[in-house]
Amino acid sequence: MELAIYILALPLLSFLILGLVGKNLSHKVAGILGTLSLMVCTVIAYSVAVTYFGAGRSEDGLFPTLMPYNYTWLPLGGNLSIDMGVLIDPISVMMLVVITTVSLMVHIYSLGYMKGEKGFQRYYAFLSLFTFSMLGLVVATNIFQMYVFWELVGVSSYLLIGFYYTKPAAIAASKKAFIVTRFADLFFLIGILIYGYYTQDFSFTINESILLSASAVLPLALGLMFVGGAGKSAMFPLHIWLPDAMEGPTPVSALIHAATMVVAGVYLVARMFPLFVGYAPETLSMIAYVGAFTALYAAVVACVQTDIKRVLAFSTISQIAFMMVALGVCTSTDPHKGGLGYMASMFHLFTHAMFKGLLFLGAGAIIHAVHSNEKEHMGGLRKYMPITHITFLVACLAIAGIPPFSGFFSKDEILTACYDYSVIMGMFMSIVAALTAFYMFRLYYLIFWGKSLYEEQLNSYNSGIIKEKPHKPHEAPICMTAPLVILATITCFAGFIPFGEFISSNGHAYEIHLRTEVAISSILFAIAGIVIATIMYKSGESKLTKAINQSCKGFIKAAYRRFYMDELWMFITKKIIFNCISRPIAWFDKKVIDGSMDMLATITQRLADFVRPMQSGNIQSYSVWFLSGTLALVLILLYLM
Amino acid sequence: MLVALWMSRGIKQIRTVMVAGSTLLLALSVYLTIDFIAMRNAGITDAQLYTDSWSWYTPLNICYSIGVDGISVAMLLLSSIIVFTGTFASWNMKPLTKEYFLWYTLLSLGVYGFFISTDLFTMFMFYETALIPMYLLIGVWGSGRKEYSAMKLTLMLMGGSAFLLMGILGIYFGSGATTMNIHEIAQMANIPVNIQYIFFPLTFIGFGVLGALFPFHTWSPDGHASAPTAVSMLHAGVLMKLGGYGCFRIAMYLLPQAANELAWIFIILTTISVVYGALSAISQTDLKYINAYSSVSHCGLVLFALLMMTRTACTGAILQMLSHGLMTALFFALIGMIYGRTHTRDIHKMQGLMKIMPFLAVGYVIAGLANLGLPGFSGFIAEMTIFVGAFSVNDTFHRVVTIIACTSIVITAVYILRVVGKILYGKPENKEHLELTDASWHEKFTVICLIISVAGLGILPMWVSNLINSGVANIISNIQP
Repeated sequence: MELAIYILALPLLSFLILGLVGKNLSHKVAGILGTLSLMVCTVIAYSVAVTYFGAGRSEDGLFPTLMPYNYTWLPLGGNLSIDMGVLIDPISVMMLVVITTVSLMVHIYSLGYMKGEKGFQRYYAFLSLFTFSMLGLVVATNIFQMYVFWELVGVSSYLLIGFYYTKPAAIAASKKAFIVTRFADLFFLIGILIYGYYTQDFSFTINESILLSASAVLPLALGLMFVGGAGKSAMFPLHIWLPDAMEGPTPVSALIHAATMVVAGVYLVARMFPLFVGYAPETLSMIAYVGAFTALYAAVVACVQTDIKRVLAFSTISQIAFMMVALGVCTSTDPHKGGLGYMASMFHLFTHAMFKGLLFLGAGAIIHAVHSNEKEHMGGLRKYMPITHITFLVACLAIAGIPPFSGFFSKDEILTACYDYSVIMGMFMSIVAALTAFYMFRLYYLIFWGKSLYEEQLNSYNSGIIKEKPHKPHEAPICMTAPLVILATITCFAGFIPFGEFISSNGHAYEIHLRTEVAISSILFAIAGIVIATIMYKSGESKLTKAINQSCKGFIKAAYRRFYMDELWMFITKKIIFNCISRPIAWFDKKVIDGSMDMLATITQRLADFVRPMQSGNIQSYSVWFLSGTLALVLILLYLM
Repeated sequence: MLVALWMSRGIKQIRTVMVAGSTLLLALSVYLTIDFIAMRNAGITDAQLYTDSWSWYTPLNICYSIGVDGISVAMLLLSSIIVFTGTFASWNMKPLTKEYFLWYTLLSLGVYGFFISTDLFTMFMFYETALIPMYLLIGVWGSGRKEYSAMKLTLMLMGGSAFLLMGILGIYFGSGATTMNIHEIAQMANIPVNIQYIFFPLTFIGFGVLGALFPFHTWSPDGHASAPTAVSMLHAGVLMKLGGYGCFRIAMYLLPQAANELAWIFIILTTISVVYGALSAISQTDLKYINAYSSVSHCGLVLFALLMMTRTACTGAILQMLSHGLMTALFFALIGMIYGRTHTRDIHKMQGLMKIMPFLAVGYVIAGLANLGLPGFSGFIAEMTIFVGAFSVNDTFHRVVTIIACTSIVITAVYILRVVGKILYGKPENKEHLELTDASWHEKFTVICLIISVAGLGILPMWVSNLINSGVANIISNIQP
């Protein structure tokens, strides 16, 4: 377990090296250095996982919670202090595996994807920084350490989204991402302050008597922390930054905005899960409702987007909302009595990281081939990019929830948990799941089926309509396809991992068993979604599709514009905060406060101007003043006498 | 050092003297810090160490008495770092190089004197010593509306020190003491409460003016905007700290009852400073104005934390002073360097500096991130200590103002990222800027030194908080009822 510290140290080291002297290294050396250090890191993470789970449960039937390192970093007076350390327990080990795996894939993939880009070293430095902070976040021993790394993750995301810093859209997106999440973090911080004050401790393991004494404020504190989590995990209405974050390089979207950072909010809630269940069940229900609404909202919006990365972004929002819902519907820590959602959520987090990473990397390969994000420039690509096609299909089937792919198992557990909570919640989430299948296959058909733009252009080139020979889409190089294949393999088999053996809400082993009626209905829903997508999009946009588009034009337009949420936020920030608060304050400062200071000066000057002529140096006027003064004095004296 | 400077003729000589002198000072401060920690570890628990005293005006019992505790050691270290880097930042100062450095050194002399003196009057004298050179430094070597700004700055600060003098005399006569030594007065603790009510606001405002307390902060934007780089650095970095330090050590320490009773008024003012400064910074277009308002906000936080009167919050306040000092100095240094090249500070007139001067741009991004409280830099630890400390005061009023003050972390992010996005990112559009050069060696040196200090404080906060702990505890125990 002591090795775990190296998992953190290696990426940090490679960040420092690449950040400080990266300029002098060639692209190759920088890339290999970053990738190698992460490879070692991954190996260590796996060995930690193997030894940890291999060591088995302790006598009470739980996996032990280990803390090989914990140092006081900043004493805060009283009992409070911010500690830095490493916490090893089932969920943190699982996260270590997920993060290092996806990160390693992205590192390898980027060797091909970012080849020849300016700032290649900078890119790898930031990737290392991100990996370091994300790992630090998951092994945090206390809520404040989590917050520290939470901020670091936010800043690495900011730097990576704004990687193409000459592109105005990327600048705006990075700024937006940082500010929106920072806004959410404000609530997180306040939550931590309340939590820390009433429990006099920031750690996750606090004994019961203290918690009981603080039980009145815990719902509030936990609710505020959830707002922080909602910001990072892009829950409605704080989701607006995530679709824009797609301006960053695609592998970054795969790593940060699909697989790891955006699930930090889920991880936070899972980390605090015993407190949520024990002391704030209402807050937990609120999380379920927020999650359910977000899932539906994002799924609907995803159905009509035209930029493939945006589709995936909304799909991510929707899937994370699934995880949130799964946590939200828990009513106890016993997986047999309403605590199933916890396991389901973590399971889905794991499988989702793999297949969503795969989808994004696949999308990256496609974008690399056709040099565009828009669906108009795609179509019929299956002939040209066979590997990408197959792996993408695997991921689509997994996310749609078709057995035996991993997504089926985890989503099924979530739906079961929802049905346990209430039938309405179960039905609602099933419908969202069907929508998921629909929009994913819409995307799939639009990319890989239908008319090929290349062939069309080639025809017109051959018949002399256009002069330029079109660019032929090609399969990506091996360092890009290899990660796709690896992730696809994991996606195929991850469903069979006996996940409940390792992670469950009360720590005891839980055997996953599929509930037949839920499983069948969810498969039927998924197939229905796929069939509709097939009819509508298999061979380009059919007549039916056009008819549907025509009949609900207004709704589709609204959905395409994401129901005007961005406009609303822009209105609040630009119009209200900037123009109605900041400007007037600046004006007030300049004119009123500064003005009154200047006025004081002016008055003094005027007074001086008034007094100055008296000292004229003119003997006559002095004597007049002197005489009249004496006279006045005499008169006063006489009067007083 | 002053003498040496006065003797030296050529610019080379001046530089040598300055570098040697400031390095010596820095080395001394580092030595002092280490020695101080060693003495504390050795179990010496006196409130003040290295004390000494000479009487120089017996009729009023004025002594040149000096001594340091953890807080002043930290402040001295801060001043030395900034004087040291400021020297490198004003490498090519023209014209009248010698005179410039003379005044610059006098200014730093005042600052050092202020931090080490434990005698009310001596402290006040050094305070004035630090203020006067400022007028000349801005008025002569400044830019823009320099005469106006210099006059405004000096007059407002002088106004403040008039209040201060009244306060000091009030304390002296109120206590009926036969000494001006701060600690002795504090131990007597016999100033009648009704006198405290009069003189606490006077003293607090007197120092508050320098600490950019709303609504007495307006000297700061104009003053900073016109001041030459190193003066801005020293002013925002160190001189504004005099305000916070004085508020804590004199106003609150010596007049504890009134401080407790009247704190709420000033808490409201400082909360306004914090949020108001940050909000004003959003809509400024001049780099220095943005940073000046940001200073108003951050220094507001210092006073805010002091008034919370808990040990943690006050430790946070001292940390914030250090952190703000270093960060603002870094910012002003960078702004000065950018201005020296582009000859504009208007954020609408610069784009894509990242491509043209990568070193300065990266430095600016780091400074920005430090300023908005990124973990790993000093701002984060200071703010977190303050918020945790402030939140531990258990009543609704304090809670509400703390939460309001917390919002500044978001607003700060807005104005920092706005600037970074506008001037550093994007494509360079201004043709004239294309041929500008990146930082020269002495500029790089300045920036790197400051970044290391900021990061050092941010990564290893333990030793500083240990350093200032006993000093804070000593003062706090006097204030708390």
